[in-house]
Amino acid sequence: MKNVNFTVNGQSIEAAVEPRTHLADFLREHAGLTGTHLGCEHGVCGACTVELDGAPARSCIQFAVRCEGAQVRTIEGFDDDAVMQQLRTAFNAEHALQCGFCTPGMLITARDIVTRLPHLVNATDEARIRQELAGNLCRCTGYQGIVRAIQRVLRERAGATHAA
Amino acid sequence: MKAASFEYSRPRSVAEACGLLTAGEELAKPIAGGQSLGPMLNLRLAQPAAVIDLGAIDGLREARDEGDAVFLGAQITHAAIEDARVPDPSRGLMPSVASNIAYRAVRNRGTLGGSLAHADPAADWVTTMRLLDAVYVIEGPRGRREVASGDFMQAAFTTVLGPDDLLLGVRVTKCSANARFGYFKFCRKVGEYAEAIGAVLLDPARGVRRAVIGATAGAPYLVQDIEGVLGASQASIEKEVRAAGCAEPYEFQMHAVALKRAVAQALA
Repeated sequence: MKNVNFTVNGQSIEAAVEPRTHLADFLREHAGLTGTHLGCEHGVCGACTVELDGAPARSCIQFAVRCEGAQVRTIEGFDDDAVMQQLRTAFNAEHALQCGFCTPGMLITARDIVTRLPHLVNATDEARIRQELAGNLCRCTGYQGIVRAIQRVLRERAGATHAA
Repeated sequence: MKAASFEYSRPRSVAEACGLLTAGEELAKPIAGGQSLGPMLNLRLAQPAAVIDLGAIDGLREARDEGDAVFLGAQITHAAIEDARVPDPSRGLMPSVASNIAYRAVRNRGTLGGSLAHADPAADWVTTMRLLDAVYVIEGPRGRREVASGDFMQAAFTTVLGPDDLLLGVRVTKCSANARFGYFKFCRKVGEYAEAIGAVLLDPARGVRRAVIGATAGAPYLVQDIEGVLGASQASIEKEVRAAGCAEPYEFQMHAVALKRAVAQALA
């Protein structure tokens, strides 16, 4: 076992972990944060995407022991985040989920898209949004509603900027 | 999908890391971004006795403008290159290549040096570094050495790096203002490893006319008959693709088309 100290959703965590325990298992089983979902466990499906030091990362291929000093933010850490509130409303309105399994990862990737690429507001930007979303797999709803929800938030935020 | 047990250490310096690599009797693997080794550990395709985490060695993240070249530390991420947070010696080629590696969540962690040392033939950086004729800077028990881009990768997943060597980074000569490049990668799905790569660099001010065929069965192949290929001679292209070892019909067709499209981009 190795000791590791890092921050999860603003709270300091100190734990002894087996080096082979990946961050997603740590979050779910040690920290009780089951909003992070595990699909493929080899970095392909995107369900386990969390924010690691401010940028999206796959928590299934990041070992918890490597997170020394890191800031981790899971879907639970976005409850009061204004952008995530907009995205949740848009996902609801655009029917961007059914079973919800991929949704935590989708939301974290979606938040990265709308904050990092705020210029993707035109209809012709759909291809780029789909490319940015290609690392998150949905197996039931399809991507149509998810893409529309992201486009809706991009437009809302661009409109808010213009108004301000 | 859980990794087998391994010992873990987190050295603070390159010297400490090199020492740890040879400390045990059994296999020790350095881990950089872990975006290839992580899945391989989870799938138990790799079961090293020890994993040496390079994440706490700050020096490996360094990028340095050296006048006519840029040194890029091994731990620089694909996303840092994509966002031009480090100096770009390639006039846009490297950021463009970086932006099409895997997915953003992977690019935020995956590193230039990790990808090069892993030496997957279908990965982008081994081909791009061959095209840019980068120099590999390696630290080992016998000191520091530099290896030419054509000598670094020897076969699929095989490089000149010994078990106690660490790749510190690469030195890339700056392209001139009027340099042009073409880079065409064919993937079955966005973010997947390439089925075929064609890459072309034309830098008249430096007298560089170079083309590389990537995603072969082994190391990237440097095109020999560059004038024939740039002249879009079908015979030359086919001869080079065969020389690159891409003989099976599907593979042959994909590589020939990738090379042709890269040539067309560079000449456009």
